Amino acid sequence: MTIQEKSQSVIDEFSMYDDWMDKYAYLIELGKDVPLIDEKFKTNQYLISGCQSRVWLHAKMKDGLILLSADSDAVITKGIASLLIRVLSGQTPKDILESDLDFLKQIGLQEHLSPTRANGLTSMIKQIQLYARAFLLKSQKL
Amino acid sequence: MTLDTQKIRADFPILSTKVNGKPLVYFDNGATTQKPLQVIHRITKYYEEENSNVHRGVHHLSQVATDKYENARTYIAGFINAQSEKEIIFTRGTTESINLMATVLESWVFANEEVLVTAMEHHSNLVPWQQLCKRQKAKLKIIPVSQQGEIDLDLFKEMLSPKVKLLALTHISNVLGTINPVKEMIEVAHNYGIPVLVDGAQAIAHTKIDVQDLNCEFYTFSAHKAYGPMGIGVLFGKETWLKRLPPYQFGGEMIDQVGYEDSTFNTLPYKYEAGTPNVAGVLGMEAALRYIENQGIDNIKKHEDHLLEYATSLLEEIDGIRIVGTAKEKTAVLSFVINGIHPYDIGTILDQMGIAIRTGNHCAQPLVESFGLPGTIRASFGLYNTIEEVDVFFAALLRAIEMLR
Repeated sequence: MTIQEKSQSVIDEFSMYDDWMDKYAYLIELGKDVPLIDEKFKTNQYLISGCQSRVWLHAKMKDGLILLSADSDAVITKGIASLLIRVLSGQTPKDILESDLDFLKQIGLQEHLSPTRANGLTSMIKQIQLYARAFLLKSQKL
Repeated sequence: MTLDTQKIRADFPILSTKVNGKPLVYFDNGATTQKPLQVIHRITKYYEEENSNVHRGVHHLSQVATDKYENARTYIAGFINAQSEKEIIFTRGTTESINLMATVLESWVFANEEVLVTAMEHHSNLVPWQQLCKRQKAKLKIIPVSQQGEIDLDLFKEMLSPKVKLLALTHISNVLGTINPVKEMIEVAHNYGIPVLVDGAQAIAHTKIDVQDLNCEFYTFSAHKAYGPMGIGVLFGKETWLKRLPPYQFGGEMIDQVGYEDSTFNTLPYKYEAGTPNVAGVLGMEAALRYIENQGIDNIKKHEDHLLEYATSLLEEIDGIRIVGTAKEKTAVLSFVINGIHPYDIGTILDQMGIAIRTGNHCAQPLVESFGLPGTIRASFGLYNTIEEVDVFFAALLRAIEMLR
């Protein structure tokens, strides 16, 4: 599935819930499905700054696609990481860099997911883009 | 006398705000308090009717502004029972007051000497001293705090020696709510000739401050934590000390005679107030302290103690809760963690229910880490908070825990 298609499926799922409580409960559920980062990568090197809770994010390249994994000690943050990974993991660096991530605004958690909140969302996105750029450069050199 | 919270709440327009469709419950008073109409109107009135630069004009408005500004200083000196208004320096707030002191005390703290702070200091009463010690090659020593959140007085006494040049400590902890025995500690420190700076940021709105009774050399507070405006605060310093310490910033207002080669400096308090001051802020601060005085600081303390006691008794019943800070003498601050749940998650869900609390390390990272915690959830009360709000908070907390467990 493309980033666009995956985004749309996330939007569709969240549109089933009217109540913020149900949306958060669903976000927390999603967190439980996050591809967990290997314990050996839970180090400062993979720690994302800008969040009150700790979030680790790891990326690797396989067959031209970026594979992401993460973990957090806060379940809401883990849910946010899980959302990003669901849409962006398994995509090419180029597609990741070109995506607008507009789905975050459309799932009705926009206030919570605003960049000025100390939830690390902005840092997570930046980090994923950084990985994508690095992998893209590397592939061009080869 | 008990506070008429209903009448008080009518003075604070922001308290009728709705957050996420729910009535706001504002329990983040430790970070900043809301402002009553008396303060808002005072600032507006200044800009509408009195604005002019102080201390220099021959014209009418300048005289009006200067009189109001200096009357405010006199009132504030009285509010904390300073001996004279010369001891009241207006700053941007507690942080600037402490930075000012940590700069001018370069002429007092030297290599191999020591500065003492407690383990429960806010970063703003820790980092300036840490950096002063680094510059001067002096040693910063930390007075230990128990798991209950109390200073170990025996260990404190053992740390005193002629090498110690300053004791800097908080009056009330912003994380633990502990009211420190500052008067007793100052007395002991004085036996060694050690001057004492008290960080009163969390105390000014919650308990009576009498700097002569405390007998501290320096006392600092910010207006915004006492129902006043942001960006204005006070450094109290004993006249004898402020007189002999060097100036901090240089410029207009703080000078006496200026030549191209050299200058002489103004008398106290102007020596420490370079540049055009925040006159509106000072008048707003005066209005805020008058508001506190009208309600009665003892009534406020009684009210907040009651809120704290009630909230503590409810929270203690929660399975897996740990209240952080259980000192005997405590006020207005309730920090806690829930076993297995990150404070950030609780804060996020409570926000959805209109409840403003703070989560994290509360700018006291070394302290929170020493308790082995990633942060705490902190409810901090003000004079307008009510028992009903504590009930709403408690119910919301239970709901959040249920959702997050």
